[in-house]
Amino acid sequence: MNAVTVAHIVKKYGSKKAPVHALDDISLDVSKGELFGVIGPDGAGKTSLFRILTTLLLADSGDATVDGFDVVKQYKAIRNRVGYMPGKFSLYQDLSVEENLRFFATIFNTSIAANYELIKDIYIQIEPFKDRRAGKLSGGMKQKLALCCALIHRPSVLFLDEPTTGVDAVSRKEFWEMLKALKQQGISILVSTPYMDEAALCDRVALMQSGKIMSIDSPRNIIKKFTKTMWSVRSAEMYRLLNDLQQYSNTEKCYAFGEFHHLVLKNNGVERDEIMSYLQYLSHREIELQVALPNIEDCFIELMSSTGK
Amino acid sequence: MNEPVIIANKLTKRFGDFTATNEISFEVKKGEIFGFLGANGAGKTTAIRMFCGLLLPSSGSATVAGFDVFKQTELIKQNIGYMSQKFSLYEDLTVKENIRFYAGIYGMSRRLIKEKTGPLLKQLNLLSEANMLVKSLPLGWKQKLAFSVAVFHEPKVVFLDEPTGGVDPITRREFWNLIFQAAERGITVFVTTHYMDEAEYCNRVSIMVDGKIEALDTPRKLKQSFNALSMDEVFLQLARGAKRAGD
Repeated sequence: MNAVTVAHIVKKYGSKKAPVHALDDISLDVSKGELFGVIGPDGAGKTSLFRILTTLLLADSGDATVDGFDVVKQYKAIRNRVGYMPGKFSLYQDLSVEENLRFFATIFNTSIAANYELIKDIYIQIEPFKDRRAGKLSGGMKQKLALCCALIHRPSVLFLDEPTTGVDAVSRKEFWEMLKALKQQGISILVSTPYMDEAALCDRVALMQSGKIMSIDSPRNIIKKFTKTMWSVRSAEMYRLLNDLQQYSNTEKCYAFGEFHHLVLKNNGVERDEIMSYLQYLSHREIELQVALPNIEDCFIELMSSTGK
Repeated sequence: MNEPVIIANKLTKRFGDFTATNEISFEVKKGEIFGFLGANGAGKTTAIRMFCGLLLPSSGSATVAGFDVFKQTELIKQNIGYMSQKFSLYEDLTVKENIRFYAGIYGMSRRLIKEKTGPLLKQLNLLSEANMLVKSLPLGWKQKLAFSVAVFHEPKVVFLDEPTGGVDPITRREFWNLIFQAAERGITVFVTTHYMDEAEYCNRVSIMVDGKIEALDTPRKLKQSFNALSMDEVFLQLARGAKRAGD
């Protein structure tokens, strides 16, 4: 049995005349114990999908199950079995760390002690502050508390909506370490993120844009589907280089990518020497040009352009 | 490109016995893109608020666009632009109204506003959306418009606080193109980001840890001196040592 099944889910907002498709015929399955990433920018439909699966929002059409239960007919059973960490901090600011945790445990008819093992590794990091009001915690500690609260009833499926947005690179790394440890405990995890580099940490990902899934597979297989040759280019003047490459007649697309620019050529057999001589003709200096391996962000850009944005 | 637009000398801000920003010193040149990085809680926001004339420093000195952060805060505000992911445009005003409103605040003449609005809308591909409410625009368009509005009055320096959060990868790059163009026009860009690839687009980058600037150099030299392959690695090496918890 799958942890999550989604079949042809549609969700529209706005007026009948000018509806906005938050989710446009979405289908996916998440296996038990899988760490599944929903990757996409704001407005992709990630939050709508999570709210439908956690039974907080009704879809206009389509079917979905979580842990074997229907999200409409058996919503009560689902609520007992899922943990949900919304994108916006939603704990009680005026309750202390410990009070928040006890509150959520009580709601689910359990106690902190009964499930302490599950949250222990995360909770010990905030336990020194257990008497502090949640509203007075730092961003990173709030996030850890929210995760503990979402876990305290030992859910079978955990939904994390953009847990790392606005979080610095160090805290993001730590958070993903925690997710890996939870996965070892057999919890199925759906996590959404706008950070493309986090896709590599998931078993499988759905790349979403404007309510549609553009691709769904393991990160490795998504990258394998990028069959064009990609060059990484660098020179002494990066901004001029970008403009010059974008104007090059053989260029399909060229965009900045960290310390290099990524360049994909039209399929017309242009070789390294030709690119080099074009750049030398424009008197670029310190040119470095090599074939590079694409990553998920390259794939996302490619898919966005091929599906017409 | 040599005239400094921001000069900070041992700039410090204390809240009670907590030193949020601890003796930071650096200069940012005209037309430079300066990346201001640090972990959550490192003291970036406090520093930016002092540079924008919104918060009085405790000690040290600094000038922004030639004006003193202690005594000339109103003049600073008139000569800078500011944009963040959270605060940018008025959702209930149209695209055109937002431009007119901000330009008016910065004292631009009606004639000049009118003259510049058309080309800007054209450049941003927003001609047919000019009279639409900003809230009906996709996030990426809003962010690009917000940036353009922040530099519409051609300030000497623009402060960008995590401007690209949540934006798709193509729009993120379009946004950076606007930054490059502004810098070419001589506008100094002071930017914070959590995207480490964006640190690479900066001429120089500073990394703050626990209120202090622990590293400041070009991305290439930072990677060399930390023996790192990417800015991500440089950042992790420095920020892992942080004692302070985030904001």
